[in-house]
Amino acid sequence: MTPSDADIEAERPYLLRYARAQLQDAAAAEDAVQDTLLAALQGRARFAGAASLRTWLTSILRFKLVDVVRRQSRECTVDLGEDLDLADLDAVFDGSGHWAHAVRAWGAPEESLLAQQFWQVYQQCAQVMPKRTAMVFAMREVMDMDIADICQNLGISATNCSVMLYRARLSLRECLETRWFQREAT
Amino acid sequence: MMNCRQASRLISTAMDRPLSRAEQLQLSMHLLLCRNCRHFRQQMQQLRLGIRQGRQR
Repeated sequence: MTPSDADIEAERPYLLRYARAQLQDAAAAEDAVQDTLLAALQGRARFAGAASLRTWLTSILRFKLVDVVRRQSRECTVDLGEDLDLADLDAVFDGSGHWAHAVRAWGAPEESLLAQQFWQVYQQCAQVMPKRTAMVFAMREVMDMDIADICQNLGISATNCSVMLYRARLSLRECLETRWFQREAT
Repeated sequence: MMNCRQASRLISTAMDRPLSRAEQLQLSMHLLLCRNCRHFRQQMQQLRLGIRQGRQR
């Protein structure tokens, strides 16, 4: 079944949310979604109906997002200094490499990770990370790309990629703990 | 024996590629004795799950 204009347009808000979660740049996110919808309108005959419309559109959007990321990383000369500096982790661990503060269990995900709200907090937390680190994390966790693909697309080494993901995860953990799980507990 | 800083790094790495035998062994020894790192690993899985659920909405 070929999707109508309205069917395709109806997915815009979802696609925008998806795009904004990975690009800090709202205008670029909107452009990517616009390109996706255009491509879908022109290529709707290719929509086989095997997957859901949303899945199909998301797969187009991913390609567009990777294009944006690739373009952005060409524009700004790669300075990974900020992203690879792990000095801010010194507060997380003590001098002997143990956790400076106890790591508490977060409770059952079904109860506390109410998808919509969690997503909002995640997006706020992603904003405080260095831009490129946030991007690598989004490519890995939101777009489900593997390390090799990310490295290739951004022109960074696997080791750097892994350091950035580590840093992103530690930073998100701290942020989520403060903004989400403590709020839950109170 | 690895410390928590090294263990947390391996826990993160394991989410992106399979660990080597040696890495696995070292990590599981640490996890056996360290509750903080067990919680950390659990949190990392919850983080991934939360994002997967969130983006499907």
